[in-house]
Amino acid sequence: MDDQDASRRLFLIKSLTGVSAAWLALRMPEIVAAQEHAHQAVQSSAPVKFEFLSPEQAVEIEAVAAQIIPADDTPGAREARVIYFIDRALSTFDKERQPLYVKGLKDLQAKQKKMFKNAAKFSELNSEQQIRVLKAFEKNQFFEIVRAHTIMGFFSDPSYGGNYDKIGWKLIGFKDEFYFKPPFGYYDREYKETQ
Amino acid sequence: MIGDGLFMNIQLPKFDSQTQVDFVVIGAGAAGGVIAKELSAAGFQVVVLEQGPYLKEKDFDHDEIKTLWQNALTNDWKTQPNSFRKTTNAKATVQPSVLYGRMVGGGTTHFTANYWRFREIDFIERSKLGAISGTGFDDWPIIYAELEPYYTKAEWDLGVSGQPGPMDSPRSKPYPLPPLPIKSAGALLATGARTLGWHSQPAPMAIISQPYRGRSACSHCGFCEGFGCEIKAKSSTLATVFPEAEKTGRCEIRSGSYVRKIETDAAGRVTGVIYFDQKKTEVFQRAKAVVLCANGAETARLLLLSKSNLFPNGLANSSGFVGKYLMFNGGGFATGVFEHELNEFKSVAVTRITHQFYDSDPKRGFYGGGGIDLRFDVYPMGFALGGGLPREAPRWGAEYKKIVKDSYTRSVFSFGHTTSLPMERNSISLDPTAKDAWGLPVLRVTYKDHPDDLKIMKFFSDRGMELLDAAGAKKKWAGPVEEQTFGVHLLGTCRMGNDPKRSVVNKFHRAHDVPNLFICDGSSFVTSGRGQPTCTIQALAYRAADNIARMAKNGEIKSG
Repeated sequence: MDDQDASRRLFLIKSLTGVSAAWLALRMPEIVAAQEHAHQAVQSSAPVKFEFLSPEQAVEIEAVAAQIIPADDTPGAREARVIYFIDRALSTFDKERQPLYVKGLKDLQAKQKKMFKNAAKFSELNSEQQIRVLKAFEKNQFFEIVRAHTIMGFFSDPSYGGNYDKIGWKLIGFKDEFYFKPPFGYYDREYKETQ
Repeated sequence: MIGDGLFMNIQLPKFDSQTQVDFVVIGAGAAGGVIAKELSAAGFQVVVLEQGPYLKEKDFDHDEIKTLWQNALTNDWKTQPNSFRKTTNAKATVQPSVLYGRMVGGGTTHFTANYWRFREIDFIERSKLGAISGTGFDDWPIIYAELEPYYTKAEWDLGVSGQPGPMDSPRSKPYPLPPLPIKSAGALLATGARTLGWHSQPAPMAIISQPYRGRSACSHCGFCEGFGCEIKAKSSTLATVFPEAEKTGRCEIRSGSYVRKIETDAAGRVTGVIYFDQKKTEVFQRAKAVVLCANGAETARLLLLSKSNLFPNGLANSSGFVGKYLMFNGGGFATGVFEHELNEFKSVAVTRITHQFYDSDPKRGFYGGGGIDLRFDVYPMGFALGGGLPREAPRWGAEYKKIVKDSYTRSVFSFGHTTSLPMERNSISLDPTAKDAWGLPVLRVTYKDHPDDLKIMKFFSDRGMELLDAAGAKKKWAGPVEEQTFGVHLLGTCRMGNDPKRSVVNKFHRAHDVPNLFICDGSSFVTSGRGQPTCTIQALAYRAADNIARMAKNGEIKSG
């Protein structure tokens, strides 16, 4: 149990003051279950098998995703395992986009071969070259979908396969926690002092 | 008060469909919950038919994809498409045009929980301001004072946190709970308003700031808007009145029940309701009277679907007003980025509001008014996909990553909630060709904002820019005001009134044409108010239930 869990439980006891002990006893398991519910996101540390993408396709898509949200001083889409989110989306709720991916990837490779004759694959280009290809390629539906899936995979609940170790949420300062207490931010803290 | 854990051994009733129950309530939302509870507590048998599921707190989570993108709590356009057109002579195209809570609890389960009363002026604007040509702008058949006891009842029965503001209409009792703790957006609103000489006040919220009636207080997790509350701190009908209704032993809630027709006899009285159960099998439930609370879109659609030889234009539609005068409310937006962290992802969406520009001011040269709050109601994924970034922001790459990183915890929206004028051309009707998964005509929306509606949105967007500036925003912007093609507040489509030729229900929500049919939800509204309809929908529901129960006890509702 980490500090957050301890503070959640403490809060619950406090918030229920005035409610009968019988009520508490009856409800506690369900309340705790509800709290834990949101935190049971599946966090697989071992690589997952791809369901739709071939390993070769996955390498290419991941290279695109890693340009959409690149690693710099903080991790990017590759480190957040966005590719697993994309594969899962394409084998479940976004199944209908499978053909778009297959065709889009071919189009991308055609574009890349035109621009850089010596490289067989997008993933083999250096970063600067990849950016040049994508800038020439960004105004089409396939790029839009990969962009959307990358962002979704980076910022959605880790149970969908991406946002590994909450990399996306950490980047923007978001925390998915059951309990926060005031002050919540800078201005409400200041407001109390100046009121 | 005691929690519902002690009542697990109560036998929930299962009425036979051939049994003529006292009431069928259609729609388990803001109004349906209140009416089901009040009527069952008054001793009547009630069957509640709800098309959505009966979820519990354990079913709710913080999953943005499931809840907001896959419509876990709302109508799903895959099975229930909508169509849309701007004008009555255009052909509608199939596209999402309305969103509503589709589950036991309805919109109150997933709403932001802003809980503003209307003010005295809202009921009498036509008398005060005069007619507006080309519109159905009118007074309500009731005044604020008649509804006030029911506003108080709603606030105390359901649990509302707040503190009266300097410009509120009179109230007979204070709020039952103190305001929720101020957030940074609230502090910035209060500071900015003070600088500008505007008033501000704590936001009235249907979220409990302290333990109340066996429910625990808000834990500030931040997942209110669009999500179901996991600890019953949001005062939805799911968490409040539905459990109370079930405890009477006289209320049966049938989820997964999709009503296709309200049936009438040769005398023009309602005899019951035909619905599809979860297996899409048709069931006819007999009832002495029906209370229709299916929201301002589905209520009108169902009445139009319920046409018969006696009611060729749809049930309760001799006025021709069923589905007409649809009002969405409008929004005037601005976005600001601040130097320090606000962390608006924490706690309830809204903690301070200003009603400085509530009233319509003839000096502006157009009709309209509203209220403003500051909030940042986008979750990480929706934000990063662009909902909260400037339009010209980079869309991918290192620069994109930087702007996303720097702005999520420092951004806030100014949200102006504005009036919509009632226009006959704005309507809910049946699409002539498109069908839903049950083979029924889909809901067709015809909507074009009145020019004044667009002007008031722009006015509030401008006030938002001023407010953000006064609060010290480092950067701020506002997009252009656009005509609305999508509604979340569904109001006015069965308006109440004293004249049967110009309204659908009377001041007690009884259909003018059908003595044992009552209609109470957003459809009853005569004017739109200022963007927060739920409190008034529920006050109307308490008042309607009071009158329906009295009439039923006095034998004044003759059944079919």
